[in-house]
Amino acid sequence: MGWMRAPRTGGLMLLALIVAAIPWFLPNNFYFEMAILVGINAIVAVGLNLLIGYAGQISLGHAGFFGLGGYCSGILVATYGWPPALALLLGAVGVAALAFIIARPILRLKGHYLAMATLGLGIIISIVVSTEDWLTGGPDGMYVPPFTLFGWELYGEAVWYWVIGGLLLLAVWLALNIIDSPVGRALRALHGSEVAAQAAGVDTTRAKVRVFVVSAVFAAVMGSLHAHYAGFVTPTSSGFFHSIELVTMVVLGGMASTFGAVVGAAILTVLPQLLSGFEDYEMVVFGLILMLTMIFMPQGLVPTLARVCKRRDQRASPIPGVDEVDP
Amino acid sequence: MSLLRVEQLNKSFGGVHAVQDLSFEVDPGTIHSVIGPNGAGKTTLFNLVTGVYTPSSGNIFLDDQPTAGRPAHVLARLGMSRTFQNLQICMNMTALENVMVGRHLHLDRRFLPAMLRLPGIVRGDRDCRDKAAELMNFVGTGRYLDSDAASMPYGALKRLEIARALAAEPRLLLLDEPAAGLNANETAEIDVLIQKVAQTGVTVVLVEHDMKLVMNISDHILVLDYGKKLAEGTAEAVRHNPDVIAAYLGAA
Amino acid sequence: MAEFLQYLFSGITVGATYALVGLGFAMIYNASHVINFAQGEFLMIGGMMTVSMLGAGVPMPLAIVAAIVLATVVGLALEKFAVEPARNAEVVTVIIITIGASIFLRGLAQVVWGKEYHALPPFSGDTPISIGGATILPQSLWVLGVTVVVVAALAWFFNRTLMGKAILATSHNRDAAQLVGINTGLVLLISFGLSAALGAIAGIMIAPITLTSYDVGIMLGLKGFVAAVLGGLGSGVGAIVGGLILGITEAMAAGYISSEYKDAVPFVLILLILFFLPNGLFGVRGTERV
Repeated sequence: MGWMRAPRTGGLMLLALIVAAIPWFLPNNFYFEMAILVGINAIVAVGLNLLIGYAGQISLGHAGFFGLGGYCSGILVATYGWPPALALLLGAVGVAALAFIIARPILRLKGHYLAMATLGLGIIISIVVSTEDWLTGGPDGMYVPPFTLFGWELYGEAVWYWVIGGLLLLAVWLALNIIDSPVGRALRALHGSEVAAQAAGVDTTRAKVRVFVVSAVFAAVMGSLHAHYAGFVTPTSSGFFHSIELVTMVVLGGMASTFGAVVGAAILTVLPQLLSGFEDYEMVVFGLILMLTMIFMPQGLVPTLARVCKRRDQRASPIPGVDEVDP
Repeated sequence: MSLLRVEQLNKSFGGVHAVQDLSFEVDPGTIHSVIGPNGAGKTTLFNLVTGVYTPSSGNIFLDDQPTAGRPAHVLARLGMSRTFQNLQICMNMTALENVMVGRHLHLDRRFLPAMLRLPGIVRGDRDCRDKAAELMNFVGTGRYLDSDAASMPYGALKRLEIARALAAEPRLLLLDEPAAGLNANETAEIDVLIQKVAQTGVTVVLVEHDMKLVMNISDHILVLDYGKKLAEGTAEAVRHNPDVIAAYLGAA
Repeated sequence: MAEFLQYLFSGITVGATYALVGLGFAMIYNASHVINFAQGEFLMIGGMMTVSMLGAGVPMPLAIVAAIVLATVVGLALEKFAVEPARNAEVVTVIIITIGASIFLRGLAQVVWGKEYHALPPFSGDTPISIGGATILPQSLWVLGVTVVVVAALAWFFNRTLMGKAILATSHNRDAAQLVGINTGLVLLISFGLSAALGAIAGIMIAPITLTSYDVGIMLGLKGFVAAVLGGLGSGVGAIVGGLILGITEAMAAGYISSEYKDAVPFVLILLILFFLPNGLFGVRGTERV
């Protein structure tokens, strides 16, 4: 379990190995598709974890940003013929601006209000996209053309797999960097004690707004890519339940653990497939997972396991581990 | 020239005058204590100076810069550091990281370089780590260098807060009851520590209940009663002031 | 004018429902500073249980009582098994637990009762009563009447009974309440039970007007939450006024602006409120001491 001690290099290396190895074990396109979805969800979860896990602020509306990214690509590319990369960029910038406008006044407030505001925003977005059918195709969603860059078309499960896999590594690297810097320390500090962080000179509102915007951009970019990959985008992608799914990934895998977010995304993406045939029970299982993790493992899977390992390690050697995955 | 100057300060909460017409100055390089019976307005004064409350009227100057009502993170930028009466330690971090947070203003706080982990960030953090470790040794918590804050005993956390406040390299350090909840031994250690801090040139203002501690280390004492200044002066002068004796003994 | 009156009637009717849900939120928030995101599910349980008891041939009054009892039991269980164990957890954790509970309950309802919409017959016929050119359903009068009775009963409970006063005391200062011998654990349990019962009553009253299904709890619950925040979290009067304002605004917007955006109204409203009046209409700005 030595890699846990140096998440930057060891953890990233292990993740890269896993990403590289997985295709050898995927028998057909169905499994590739699942792996790609895991990757997309994992990137969103890694971003959301910066907000929920590290900064301790909750968002119940991140699917709204995901959906906006998707619709921005759909509308600009399919309807207006924009180059996909430009549409993706504009979606990201637009979502960043929206997130900033919303967050600025609301992040001064405490937990419940932020939950309410983000939830409201998410619901408004999903109502708008299912109502304005002249623009979005309404509840049935709309067609989104494939992603092309300089005339090269992203086509086939294998290509998508490598693109998403690479992006996942990039996202994890960026997230680890943020956390392990003065900016990230300030985020964790305001989670631990907001007044103490302020007294140390941290402009807590600004810090929260920034991380909120960053996590929203992660969601928007992945929303765009997901829409291109799936070939369509529907209001469900921006709905309340999807927001909850995203939060669950963060919470189950581990609050304040970047690798935990990846693990959480993997479990919650694969689990419904395993439960297929039991679709009726999907919500029951989801709800139970949420409740039980929060009651019995409030830190989530990965940090809890890491702590167990650390404790065992410590018993073996007198020198305690440095730089833990972040408890 | 005084470092901190309070002029005609007033704060009332719905008719209750918690602080009334209070003026005083704190000279650089001294230990300045604020004492008074319960309800005298010490905590209110502390909260006014540290930007938690906005005064009803009056002014507070740090180096001739008006500070009244400015948010805490701006005060920090002006060179003011503080500790808390009820511990405000980030229990989700290690002891060392807590102290590192204190150095926030001396580090590169830009988002993009942090996200890309440019060499400057790595270097800055390494230096910050060393400085923080040094400070932990300075306040006497060196043995907790690798510990999670959550696993440390109360007395050590009290000192860790002082280390975090010092990490900002403040000119003015405000200590809110640094000895609260400590036993006689630990109080004596804090006593020594505060003097050590003052020797490094940091101006200390402390609000404290423990008379022995205050009398021992203060260069200057301000006595409050019912939100007003009751007396001011050296420990010796205050100790023999009849008004002070009356207020504390409750006799007229 | 008749049109306006019509919208006003329907606004007040739904508003009364939101007020009851909002009261449930306020009550739990006061006792524990927890926002119970599963509040909407109590409405669903109330409506669906009544429907299914009626289907089994149980007479209406008995069906209603059974539904309220079931919701209350669920509320008590929720407190005992999900909220109580997380007593000292942070806000995010508790919010997620109650969201988990709501999804769990909704999922269970879907398994037991299916996904169909059900109509509950009105309590006293459906011949509209005409007032000033507008009409009002007898069921709306039931909703309003029951709301008034429930609010009066609550007012009596909180001002006149020992338990009610104990709950109020706990909401003001938990530690002090504990010191004077109030069993704050019990207070919390009772708050959950009471607000579950409130939710069930609201759910049953509104079911004949809006239909009921396994997922009505999402929107009704969220709107009740909006009502509670609108009035300033934790204020009982605030929740009632907030509920009515919300119901009327929603009905007016649906009538005069766009019925498609009816469901978005509460959320636009709440965003505006949070922007400009961060403590709600009746909330007091609290200063935090450190």
